[in-house]
Amino acid sequence: MLRLPRFRYLRPQSVAEAADLMAEHGEQAMLVAGGTDLLPKMKRGQMEAEILVGLGHLAELRQLERSDDGGLRIGAGVTLSQIVHDAALARLYPGYVRAAALVSSPALRNAGTIGGNLCVDTRCNFYDQSYEWRMAVGFCMKKDGDICRVAPASKRCRAIASSDTAPAAMALGATVTLVSSAGRREVPVSALYEDDGQFYLAKAADEIIESIQLPAATDWSSSYVKVRRRGSIDFPLAGVAVALKAAGPVIEEGRIVITAVASRPLDVSEAAEPLVGCTLASLLEGQRDELLTGVAASAARPAKPLDNADLHYVWRKQMTRRGVEQAVREAATALLARSA
Amino acid sequence: MNLSPATHDGQALHVVGKPLPRVEAVGKVTGGTLYADDIDLSGLLHCKLLRSHHAHARVLSIDTSSALAVPGVVAVITGQDLPARYGIMPTCEDEVALEHEKVRFVGDPVAAVAAVDEAAALAGCRAIRVEYDPLEAVESIEQALLSPGSEPIHDYAGPANIHRLAALEFGDVEAGFARADHIREDVFFFEGNTHLPMEQHSATAQAANGHVTLWSSTQNPHYVQRILASVLDLPMGHVRVVAAPHGGGFGGKCDPFSHEIVVCKLAMLTGRPVKCTLTREEVFYTHRGRHPVLMWVRTGVDASGRICAMHFRTALDGGAYGSYGPASTLYTGALQTTTYAIPAYRFEGARVFTNKAPCGPKRGHGTPQPRFALEVHLDKIAEEIGLDPVELRRRNYVKPFTRTVNWLRITSCGLEEVTDRVLEASRESRRERRPGHGVGFAVSSYMCGAGLPIYWNKLPHSECVINVGRGGVTLFCGATDIGQGSDSVLATVAAEELGLSPGDIRLVTGDTGLTPVDLGSYSSRVTFMAGNAARMAASRMRELIVAAVAEEEGCAPSEIEVREGKIGRLMFEEAAVLAEERLGTLSSHGSYSPPADIGGRYKGSGVGPSPAYSYSAAVVDLDADHCTGEVHVNKVWLAHDIGRAINELAVRGQVEGGVYMALGEALMEAQVYRDGLHKQPSMLDYKSLTFLEMPEVETILVETVDPEGPYGAKEVGQGPLLPVIPAVVSAVHDALGVWVDEVPVTPEKILKALDARAKGKEGRFGPKSFPDVPYPPLVKVTPPDAAAAAL
Ligand SMILES: Cc1cc2nc3c(=O)[nH]c(=O)nc-3n(C[C@H](O)[C@H](O)[C@H](O)COP(=O)(O)OP(=O)(O)OC[C@H]3O[C@@H](n4cnc5c(N)ncnc54)[C@H](O)[C@@H]3O)c2cc1C
Ligand code: SF4
Repeated sequence: MLRLPRFRYLRPQSVAEAADLMAEHGEQAMLVAGGTDLLPKMKRGQMEAEILVGLGHLAELRQLERSDDGGLRIGAGVTLSQIVHDAALARLYPGYVRAAALVSSPALRNAGTIGGNLCVDTRCNFYDQSYEWRMAVGFCMKKDGDICRVAPASKRCRAIASSDTAPAAMALGATVTLVSSAGRREVPVSALYEDDGQFYLAKAADEIIESIQLPAATDWSSSYVKVRRRGSIDFPLAGVAVALKAAGPVIEEGRIVITAVASRPLDVSEAAEPLVGCTLASLLEGQRDELLTGVAASAARPAKPLDNADLHYVWRKQMTRRGVEQAVREAATALLARSA
Repeated sequence: MNLSPATHDGQALHVVGKPLPRVEAVGKVTGGTLYADDIDLSGLLHCKLLRSHHAHARVLSIDTSSALAVPGVVAVITGQDLPARYGIMPTCEDEVALEHEKVRFVGDPVAAVAAVDEAAALAGCRAIRVEYDPLEAVESIEQALLSPGSEPIHDYAGPANIHRLAALEFGDVEAGFARADHIREDVFFFEGNTHLPMEQHSATAQAANGHVTLWSSTQNPHYVQRILASVLDLPMGHVRVVAAPHGGGFGGKCDPFSHEIVVCKLAMLTGRPVKCTLTREEVFYTHRGRHPVLMWVRTGVDASGRICAMHFRTALDGGAYGSYGPASTLYTGALQTTTYAIPAYRFEGARVFTNKAPCGPKRGHGTPQPRFALEVHLDKIAEEIGLDPVELRRRNYVKPFTRTVNWLRITSCGLEEVTDRVLEASRESRRERRPGHGVGFAVSSYMCGAGLPIYWNKLPHSECVINVGRGGVTLFCGATDIGQGSDSVLATVAAEELGLSPGDIRLVTGDTGLTPVDLGSYSSRVTFMAGNAARMAASRMRELIVAAVAEEEGCAPSEIEVREGKIGRLMFEEAAVLAEERLGTLSSHGSYSPPADIGGRYKGSGVGPSPAYSYSAAVVDLDADHCTGEVHVNKVWLAHDIGRAINELAVRGQVEGGVYMALGEALMEAQVYRDGLHKQPSMLDYKSLTFLEMPEVETILVETVDPEGPYGAKEVGQGPLLPVIPAVVSAVHDALGVWVDEVPVTPEKILKALDARAKGKEGRFGPKSFPDVPYPPLVKVTPPDAAAAAL
């Protein structure tokens, strides 16, 4: 068995105290919530924090409350399982709940949090390996080395954005509240990410995600399609989140976010523009298949999967296109059901 | 001693055949079982191995001085401390516990550190400085054969890295092809995969007074004992190997391993017990799993679909060491004839070395690869000549009590029955058709124990002692329960003979210091061989006690009934006391040696013969998506000729486990390398089925009551895996009309085959050609004549 290296575990009494501890200990410290991403990576020497500041026990991070605008504010410490088992949430934000339900496995979802999921490390099969393995193949720039093994000409790391809930949250237009000893700010989820596998988070290392805000879902429905080898446990090989708005039979607005095909979730909502004005029925009855194929092709265009995950990268790109078609159909079906 | 298989001396069976929970089940499901890694001894040291980071390199120097300075480190050893070469097969002793001259794959152990805890041992390993001179690495069969410029992996294999060659011909193959109306050739590839047991290997050794005891998660304590004695230079009687309760083997714990030898040596040097438990990643390197095999097959059939001749060629990617390789090579050619009556058969096989983790035996050892090729090849022939694939097979099925062209003795054979039953059970599903829906069928057969031991000796293959006294009934046998349920089989057999229930039998198994020999848990041999030995010992014990009771009662022994805890009118315990009063210590023994005439007498004839063969037939029902290439298996029907189920519940468990493993191999499992390194040595990234991919399995047991199996029993541990893989390939073809001639059948391969068809080419994905292999001249073997062929 791989053993955890030694570290100090600090147990703050509040988010404010956690923020102070992060400020105090600087680069030596990392936040930990469920630990389902961080701890296995520490065992493999991918992360080497000397101090972990625990968040999982903080009740103030586990609140779920309606906001004034009819949206929802979810504490970052809420577990994926709680999200999955919340029926009201599933009605309002089916895409987000679906994404949470497709993360890893039941046991990991019981421990894993939505805050941790937004920050989940980018993945690459040259990097998600033991220290000994990485030493044998030669370290890469994401950890301990200086070149990229997948794309040796690349100046940056091309590890894969692998959070399932991040694209779903982006498609909803969600925001996060960040807290640090310097203060508090609210930014769109999309502003959390950089297209860089190594420095994939745009927030400061000591900023704590306190909550995620999902805007009111009136007239919206959403969906999430995850491509992977098996029905459980596997990270996404491609992910597509779609949100569609239709008060009546006609689509008024659409958003598409694709993930696991770049180092950040990609907002490709422009590709959804041809959907505006389409009736839900025409889309679902197969009269607009060509249009949908076109939407899928342009949505998947920026997808640049590389040979650093399971299955073939060409297949992953193909599946991204298909995922877009499927996700649009699913969101449209939900809207049609609601209007009927 | 002649025991009738069908009944117990004319009486009905009482516990044999009952679906009883396994004797060790409660401990396993409640967490009570102590596995090898649970062993804790006072003063225990922990060992870690330093492994090579190079696929192929000369070791120039190893400097352990700074490792010894690491706090907590107690001892460091290298190859110089353990120079003796060894190997499971006497013909290829090409391993050392720690390499100090040359490393041959990433993961090859070069040094070992014992320390007060694992962290210190690991720190010690990282402090060792090894200087390497990297050599060109060989990564594939073709590269091994075609790169004479680079340094050979083993000197004894020569520049083409050929470990083993075989070329055999039975009957006149050219004449067979000459009279064929239709001839077809195909090429197939089976990617290698690994065992993936839940339990990582673990071994703990203790040394005192010139004796060494090793507790290990091994399948073969006897062979490990033998090799330890030789490598440690100790008398065999001073080495005791105990097979700890097992968390899964599947063939991956059949070889003697570096970590087993190393902990013994370290225990001898330090005087303290030493443990080594491998990480999951190390288990992937330790491997000894399924060989990647390239196959070429040419078959001629007459107008009615009867096989006239077959020519089968294989090339195995053996990885870095010999392991069971010579046997693996011959197994790729041996069992084609146990399902089909092939009148003229030529087999040419080769195993090459590559700089990858060594391959060896995995469930079905050497036969799933050719079985996949053979069954799919027959499907293609059937399609080409317009014959139903089941009918084509039936026309060629072997008959019970015959001898094959390569001299294998077939006794009970339920091929027809398993075919009928599996087709009957799946009839509805085969009728219902929708786009992308497919159904596939295949059959197979497997051995009930290898006819010959790994090293040449004439001793019994299995021995058993039963003592009866104040401690109750204790059965001693070297057999090792690796999860296949062999302890339950032994207890059930003894209970049946003694009129008791399995829970009444105390078992002492898999301990070379306490039990008589059993060769090990491999080649599906334990139920057949140890079961027969146990039956003989138990029936002898019964005779002793019955005779004493008959004498006391003044009646004939045949009048004494043995059942439900009683011997005649006496309780078993009372009867045992009576017998002990008269005879002294009550002890009986039994042993089993396979019959001598079950195979041929040619070079290479040692692989294939078995006292009996099990038979399986599978139907796989699946949906395949022509857009994504994804496959969803809906249901598998598996009919298995078990001879007789000694414990029906355990048999069904083995069938389901075999189907599970087969589907993993058919659809996703692959031991893939990149840049000389295992690409995904973790359970997350090496893909095998989860609960969600596992379909319903309908198991149908056919009981042909083998004349020599214990109560007629045959094997189930390996056979049911075999037909599932070709049935999946066949079902994919049925669903989409394309052939994927390479296992695993991934979405990408299916799409490539569909794409080829869309471009007007053959709708197929698979290898295009078979390499030039310098096979030796054929050894021509005269097949049995008509009189010998009908037993
Ligand atoms: C076998 C396996 C399969 C998995 N499969 C998937 C999958 O399919 N999809 C997927 O998305 N994930 C997957 N995961 C990753 C992980 O389980 C989930 O992403 C989970 O939601 C992470 O949450 P956590 O609370 O456990 O995070 P942790 O491990 O505690 O933390 C993860 C990261 O987030 C940071 N962090 C945690 N909370 C906060 C916060 N409030 N503010 C700021 N930073 C924070 C940590 O510092 C760390 O860098 C898998 C993990 C494993 C081991
Ligand atoms: S993408 Fe390149 S730099 Fe990033 S983790 Fe993979 S190999 Fe390393």
